[in-house]
Amino acid sequence: MKPAPFQYHAPKTVDEAVKTLAEVAGEDGRILAGGQSLVPIMAFRLARPTHLVDINGVEALARLAVDGDKLSIGACVRHAAFHKPVVDGPLGRLLAKVVRHIAHYPIRTRGTFCGSVAHADPASEWCLVSAALGAEMVAKSAKGTRTISAEDFFQGIMTTALQEDELLVEVRLPILPADSRTGFYEFNRRAGDFALGMALVTYRMENGVISEPRVALGGVEPLPRRIPQAEAALAGRPPGRQAFEAAAAAASAAVDPLEDAVTSAEYRRDLTGTVTRRALEQAVI
Amino acid sequence: MTEKRDITLTINGTSYDIRIDPRRTLVDAIRDDCGQTGTHIGCEHGVCGACTILLDGEPVRSCLMFAVQAQGRKIRTVEGLANGDELHPLQQSFIENHGLQCGFCTPGFLMLATGVLEREPDISDEDMLDVLSSNLCRCTGYANIVKAVRAAAAKMNAAKINATQTNATAANAAVAQRG
Repeated sequence: MKPAPFQYHAPKTVDEAVKTLAEVAGEDGRILAGGQSLVPIMAFRLARPTHLVDINGVEALARLAVDGDKLSIGACVRHAAFHKPVVDGPLGRLLAKVVRHIAHYPIRTRGTFCGSVAHADPASEWCLVSAALGAEMVAKSAKGTRTISAEDFFQGIMTTALQEDELLVEVRLPILPADSRTGFYEFNRRAGDFALGMALVTYRMENGVISEPRVALGGVEPLPRRIPQAEAALAGRPPGRQAFEAAAAAASAAVDPLEDAVTSAEYRRDLTGTVTRRALEQAVI
Repeated sequence: MTEKRDITLTINGTSYDIRIDPRRTLVDAIRDDCGQTGTHIGCEHGVCGACTILLDGEPVRSCLMFAVQAQGRKIRTVEGLANGDELHPLQQSFIENHGLQCGFCTPGFLMLATGVLEREPDISDEDMLDVLSSNLCRCTGYANIVKAVRAAAAKMNAAKINATQTNATAANAAVAQRG
């Protein structure tokens, strides 16, 4: 239960961090941010990085700010930063609600938003938020900076579009319009456990019916994603039991659920409908 | 092999100059290199919370940090809670409410609750339950831990109000004297 030896690097600037990463990436060099996923994996020796580039000392990466119509979340912003709404309106309230489902309090004081997104566990709440809202991921390497859409970013279980020499410096979330209705529902067997299924929904109202619906699922499939069939079941219909049940059924039918030792695909499919409906039921005001 | 590093850890106000491998976890350094064995090691992968300490006032799992990362930060452990022979209100409350049996998880629970109550003295019961669900205890069934933390919170808040009133009385007296 002790991590294997590694060389430790503690850069002070983003440029220094990506330069060091470029030098060590080929030898399984990794970024160390909050360490709440990486360090346990290292303790189990499932990962044995030979170099760790610790970005906790890079002050510029602790930035959390509204830039125009986006909320910019730097690589060192901890989960705990979201306990209180970080921005007025539905987005801040949604993030404050979601964050309480992430592991436990002492994990949230260290773990980071971007670290969770880069790690891309299928049951990560922030990955679901990023996929649902259409986040932009800003990746930087010694060669340059590029922006990746959430759709292209998540590629599979713990697999993303990030190259080994790229640092996820920032995730940008679109600020939700003030009249957006949002809902989030997660199911697991004990508080703080990995989600067995979770749904995040947002929509707006236009002439008494649902417009711009977004329905996304996490913890169900290898990667979080929006479910177009469920969104189609909502668009243009008045919010209520009928529309919600139709969307839940559509979501349940559309997914290809993960299976593990204790949770069958059938169970997760059933759960998908339930979490979708419950998330929608929250999003009525 | 990787090079050892010379670092200084500040634990409960005392500096410890130690030489460690970068892979040394903070909890191992606290216990084995600094000799402060009040902090316990349980699961070593962040699940049980026995190793919870305060880092610059925030509860963290000391098994999920490397000691090199704690250089220059203020570390508080269970050894720093009591004031001489006088136990911290949380420690006293754990005794009075039978908040422990074997005691293995207790240092972690004490530091978790200390960190949260110092930050949020008026925390709601629901939020406190959420916080206390962070750590594992296999003896008490948690009910007495929750009871102990609630009782301590009430005592700590009452003490603070008394202190404020005493200060206010003293200030009034000073004003009266000057007047």
